[in-house]
Amino acid sequence: MVIAYSQANVLPAPAQKGSTVITNATVHTGNGQVIENASILITDGKIASIGSNITIPAGATTVDAKGKQVYPGIILPVSNLGLVEISAVRASSDVQEIGEMNPNIRSIVAYNADSKVINTLRSNGILLANIVPQGSFLAGTSSVVQLDAWNWEDAAYKTDEGMHFYMPSLLARPRFGFGGGGRFGPQQQPQTDPVKEGLDKIEKLKSFFREAKSYLAESTHKETNLKFESVKKLFDKTQKFYVHANTVKQLLIALDFVKEFNFDVVIVGGSDSWQIADLLKQNNIAVVLGQSHSLPTLDDDDVDQPYKTAAMLQKAGVLFSISDDDGQTRGRNIAFNAGTASTYGLTKEEALQAITLNAAKILGVSDKTGSIEVGKDANIIISDGDILDMRTNNVTDAFIQGRKINLDDKQKQLFERYNEKYNLKAKPF
Amino acid sequence: MRKPQFISRSVFVLAFFSVSITLMSQATFPENGVGDTRHGYYAFTNATIVKDGNTTLSNATLIIKDRKIISVGANLKLPAGAVEIDCKGKYIYPSFIDIYADYGTSLPAPPQGGGGFFGPQQLTSNAKGPYGWNQAIKSDADAYKVFSVDDTKAKPLREAGFGTVLSHVRDGIARGTGTLVTLANDKENFVVLKDKASAHFSFNKGTSTQSYPGSMMGNIALLRQTYLDAQWYKNKPAEEGLNISLQAWNDNQNLPQIFDANDKWNDLRADRIGDEFGVQYIIKGGGNEYQRVKEMKSTNATFILSLNYPQAQDVEDPNDARFVSESDMKHWEMAPTNPAAMEKGGIPFCLTTSDLKSVSQFWTNLRKAMEYGLSESKAMDALTKTPAVALGVYDKVGSLDEGKVANFLITNGPLFNEKTSIIQNWVQGEKYSINEDAWTNIAGTYTLSVNSPSGTVTYSLDVKNNSELNMVGKDTMSTKFSYDGKNVKLSFAPMVRRQKGQFGQGGQPGAEQRPGGGFPGGFGGGGQTTQLPASATRLTGFNNGKDWNGTGVDSMGNTMTWTATLIKAAELKPDSVKKKDAPVIGKVIYPFLPFGWEEGQQPKQETILIKNATVWTNEKEGVLQNSDVLIKNGKIAAVGKNLSDTSAKIIDGTGKHVSPGIIDEHSHIAAASINEGGQSVTSEVRIADNLNPDDINIYRQLSGGVTTSHILHGSANVIGGQTQLIKLRWGANDEDMKFKNSAGFIKFALGENVKRSNFTTAGGNTRYPDTRMGVEEVLVDAFTRAKDYKKEWQAYNDTRDKLIKEKKPTTGLSPPRRDLELDALVEVLDKKRFITCHSYVQSEINSAMKVANQMGYTVNTFTHILEGYKVADKMLAHGANASTFSDWWAYKMEVEDAIPYNAAIMQKVGLNVAINSDDAEMARRLNQEAGKIVKYGGVTEEEALKMVTLNPAKMLHVDDRVGSLKVGKDGDVVLWTDNPLSIYAKSLYTIVDGIIYFDRQKDEEMQKFVDVERNRLIKKMNGEKRSGAAVIPAQPSYQIMQTCSDHQHSHGLLVIDSNDIDNH
Repeated sequence: MVIAYSQANVLPAPAQKGSTVITNATVHTGNGQVIENASILITDGKIASIGSNITIPAGATTVDAKGKQVYPGIILPVSNLGLVEISAVRASSDVQEIGEMNPNIRSIVAYNADSKVINTLRSNGILLANIVPQGSFLAGTSSVVQLDAWNWEDAAYKTDEGMHFYMPSLLARPRFGFGGGGRFGPQQQPQTDPVKEGLDKIEKLKSFFREAKSYLAESTHKETNLKFESVKKLFDKTQKFYVHANTVKQLLIALDFVKEFNFDVVIVGGSDSWQIADLLKQNNIAVVLGQSHSLPTLDDDDVDQPYKTAAMLQKAGVLFSISDDDGQTRGRNIAFNAGTASTYGLTKEEALQAITLNAAKILGVSDKTGSIEVGKDANIIISDGDILDMRTNNVTDAFIQGRKINLDDKQKQLFERYNEKYNLKAKPF
Repeated sequence: MRKPQFISRSVFVLAFFSVSITLMSQATFPENGVGDTRHGYYAFTNATIVKDGNTTLSNATLIIKDRKIISVGANLKLPAGAVEIDCKGKYIYPSFIDIYADYGTSLPAPPQGGGGFFGPQQLTSNAKGPYGWNQAIKSDADAYKVFSVDDTKAKPLREAGFGTVLSHVRDGIARGTGTLVTLANDKENFVVLKDKASAHFSFNKGTSTQSYPGSMMGNIALLRQTYLDAQWYKNKPAEEGLNISLQAWNDNQNLPQIFDANDKWNDLRADRIGDEFGVQYIIKGGGNEYQRVKEMKSTNATFILSLNYPQAQDVEDPNDARFVSESDMKHWEMAPTNPAAMEKGGIPFCLTTSDLKSVSQFWTNLRKAMEYGLSESKAMDALTKTPAVALGVYDKVGSLDEGKVANFLITNGPLFNEKTSIIQNWVQGEKYSINEDAWTNIAGTYTLSVNSPSGTVTYSLDVKNNSELNMVGKDTMSTKFSYDGKNVKLSFAPMVRRQKGQFGQGGQPGAEQRPGGGFPGGFGGGGQTTQLPASATRLTGFNNGKDWNGTGVDSMGNTMTWTATLIKAAELKPDSVKKKDAPVIGKVIYPFLPFGWEEGQQPKQETILIKNATVWTNEKEGVLQNSDVLIKNGKIAAVGKNLSDTSAKIIDGTGKHVSPGIIDEHSHIAAASINEGGQSVTSEVRIADNLNPDDINIYRQLSGGVTTSHILHGSANVIGGQTQLIKLRWGANDEDMKFKNSAGFIKFALGENVKRSNFTTAGGNTRYPDTRMGVEEVLVDAFTRAKDYKKEWQAYNDTRDKLIKEKKPTTGLSPPRRDLELDALVEVLDKKRFITCHSYVQSEINSAMKVANQMGYTVNTFTHILEGYKVADKMLAHGANASTFSDWWAYKMEVEDAIPYNAAIMQKVGLNVAINSDDAEMARRLNQEAGKIVKYGGVTEEEALKMVTLNPAKMLHVDDRVGSLKVGKDGDVVLWTDNPLSIYAKSLYTIVDGIIYFDRQKDEEMQKFVDVERNRLIKKMNGEKRSGAAVIPAQPSYQIMQTCSDHQHSHGLLVIDSNDIDNH
């Protein structure tokens, strides 16, 4: 056996040739449906037909999914994948540019398609990700990538699909002085009013958009303003406006961007979004929730509040997705975050939809992916069991645009390497 | 209206003192001018004298001379040579003592910025001179040497009724001595009553810029080590040279010892240090002692309580209220009960003006404390006798007895009555006027005769008090009136009808300030706008005793003279003490957090029988289907089928799973500090010294099935601190949370954190080590020192034993210096303490084991150990356990090769493997983290669950007590809705010692109660705002989270990582 022991030997798959058929599948389509005992025909990278009685062309490659579960590829809706390799190593980070007004920054140009993190996500069923720049205010645009590519151009699935605005917190920050020692340590009042400061700053952003709008309405410009140019797509709604915000105050202010500029607003974070779910629904504001696996905001909160938030948005009819922005696991647990949301109120199919079709809708790629439906890209995963539960999640096959991808990764290779060292294969667990 | 003879004397006295000639000039000082020796010889007669809280004399006399009390009693003969002051109707009290002041000393400015865990390190003291090694030990500081009289500061204190204060410089962990001084405006030589009156300590480094200590544990360790060093220094060891810090420490030991602890748990921490070294501290509390009265009582300490209460917050806007926690609002509501709660608990205490924004708040806040239940007699004691006794100066101050300093108050009524004023505060025999106007009650009817060129006009005056009167001549007049004890001012004009009702209610100036109070307002201040027309007639004059005489100007500019003569004094109505209704307030909860229990509501130990469940025994029986678990007397009593117990609470487990409680080998919850990063070796610090039961994460983790947590020191240094194993007994105090009789552990750390690799410190890292090469040497060095130390003690003990055996004197033999740092390492060498070592890469793991082998100890546990899979065989040979994460990686360079198959490989190689959290959020899903080990590497489900139950119990040496469902083990059990390794599993009941600490159904009720209580408190705060009280902007209730400073956490908006805080 030849083992290269490096991810370098994991090659991106070539374009699909001929047809592939997945048979005997329990298909979770991603739009709420479950089809038992079905076959899925994949031709030219697309889903050609689904059903128990479909015509299978001669010579089609068959993948038997008997006893297994078939899902749309999971979409990580907010991620620094490919921009940060190792969080603590500054040289490996390309995620945050200097300055507060960076609408012209584009994540896609720095996306490292060879990141070792990518393959660990594929192993857990994540086939697409939205690559988001970080910032302290207006940070730039994100792009959706597919996770099996030689370079960023190959990876690009939808470029510059959204602009990211990190809203000031509007929360007073305490200044802790001498002593420390727990809650009753001296806590001094902040010198400035963070709400007013934040609002002033946001007002400046609105001025920027007003000027940009006028600029863009001009037929010619004496001087080209790259920042104005870069927000053009927000005004015709071909680009989403992602507002990273959590508190009710922030969310209410985010509404301004719908009301005044008619932007297609998406909230990212939204830890308190459950408090105004009906308003979000009324204004067609979608939410990408931060990971369910986080602590409640206040001591007083329901112990399980972050687990329950998704179900509350579902009930109100808000379009939402669930993210996994964990710095230590780098997004690989998104399915389990959805699983927790299911434990605390969503049905399993709703939880699945949150990380597949809903994510696709929010990212503006639902015409191509997000569900197992005829005509869409064949972005499909097959798992031994329930993908939302770590106890049963085990991805055996994955297809991106009909290409059967190699599910090997650096970690599996190291596993192999040390299985060899200790001769463990012979031993039962 | 009787006081004629007094008034003349009173004026005389006032004049006398106003020219700053004082009693008895100092003998050694040359006189510039003509000698004028006086003795301040006075007799205060006919007074009600309250000698102390228990003794009141009616119609008694107080005689003072030369700053002292000569005698006190009824029927005393008026001595010749004494000036008599008739105090009929007056009360005389001992003036107050503030035991916690900084009067006459200046507080040094705190260092600015640049600190915190990630800031630059200062490893040695900056103090120049033969001082000790740590800049925060300022035991040589003596307040009396820097004290100077400061009358601007003294005045408000005197006005509040204080005569004596204990003043010290609030800087450092050891703060040197305090000095007992009076508030007289006199030469310091006389004002200082006792130069060194107390020794002071705190948990606050103050101006020290030295890195160590950088934590609560470090503060405690530094104090403990200094006690030991000072003891050792008594023999003047040559290896120390001169150390004036230790010298002074020893010199100060016989003084009363005062500890500024400033929080209920800190109070206990301080008291325990005292207990260890035979010192009973007087404890300055933090205002939240009422939350743990029983524990406070157990200290046997006298407390010093501030009357500072949190201000109401502006929570009118629900979006602001959202971030203010129930406990902060509850504390706002309950803080004024603190003195009353201590009184009720039978705990002696003093009251201080310390921490008040202004001394002028003292009476308002004292009255509030009384409204909330503090009794008058206790208040009196707390301000006089208790502080005097605590300081051992009751022979000097604190009551009115012969020979004591002449510090007393003259009031016009019982001191604590709402309407009583302090008229004069006499300090060291000198009079300081506070509210002279209150000496006489001028209320009564008068005839006013105004003599103008056009003739005399007569009015009738009905004087109500010093600022109100009714005036009638031909018509009723509009008036404005004031009397300040001497000067009378009256303006009047015919009343305009539409203005009726606007007069005569011009406020009761200074009402809230009495009896301390400032000067009663009215004239001159301009604060009171009058509706009187510009044409009003204005009179001014003086009270000459029986009548008032003066001059005036009328609207035409004509001058006139006037006289007012008393017709009939108003009858004095006794000032009935209006008992206000006790305020309605919520109850103390344990802990003082949402979801805390009210007294009596704590869950109790029960006999519990879980029926017909899937039971994960972790024993050779494996997983039992349709089986029962019986818990009795806090222990597992039986596991099997068809169990019964008539006394048991039956829980139906059909379709559910029972497992042993989750054990988290690596946690940082429930502690006031986690990292002492001030040095590379800090084995002297102990998590046990600073457990914090007020952490909501205890409850949250119970909801995730956790029952036992190992609270580790962080990874700031190679040899960190001693750890503490706890059980999640929600509501218990710090001591009762401890897992009793469990083996001691200590945290070690390797790699990037101890090298400070990922900090962008200005000037780079200056703390040794900076490489893994140096990390290894720190270990070698520390244990080499520990071995030498052990030998040195061995030799000493042998010699001593020999001498004793030979019945020879041991007096010439002095013991070696006890070193708490090395003590802990000797325990490791002696296998009495075990190591859990933060580690990542194979080189450092390997090296740590080599050092251990060389030095003769074992690394009990490697924690994190993400490259353990690379050296699992070596770890097995060494005898180490492994405690790791399921699937973490790529957050720092040293976890580049971390793989989720790590646990499985190590387990398969034969190691005892645990999965830990190191994160307050993940801890409540540890069962599911174990579930991932089935996915990554294919261990069996049973083995996976053991990784968060039995395996950590083994590596913590408590597997004889917890970790499996075996008869006789502790009743630490969880009932799950589903397979515990599944994402769909929720804990329904989490049981510790047979007590149901988490009950999912009850949790819902408690959540409702939290919402009700929040709503009540918000309404109350809003009511306070509407009633016109000052409010501060809403303060989000941030929580300081203690972390290992190793990685990021998902802890929400209101959590601040303790490492980001500048905690000099």
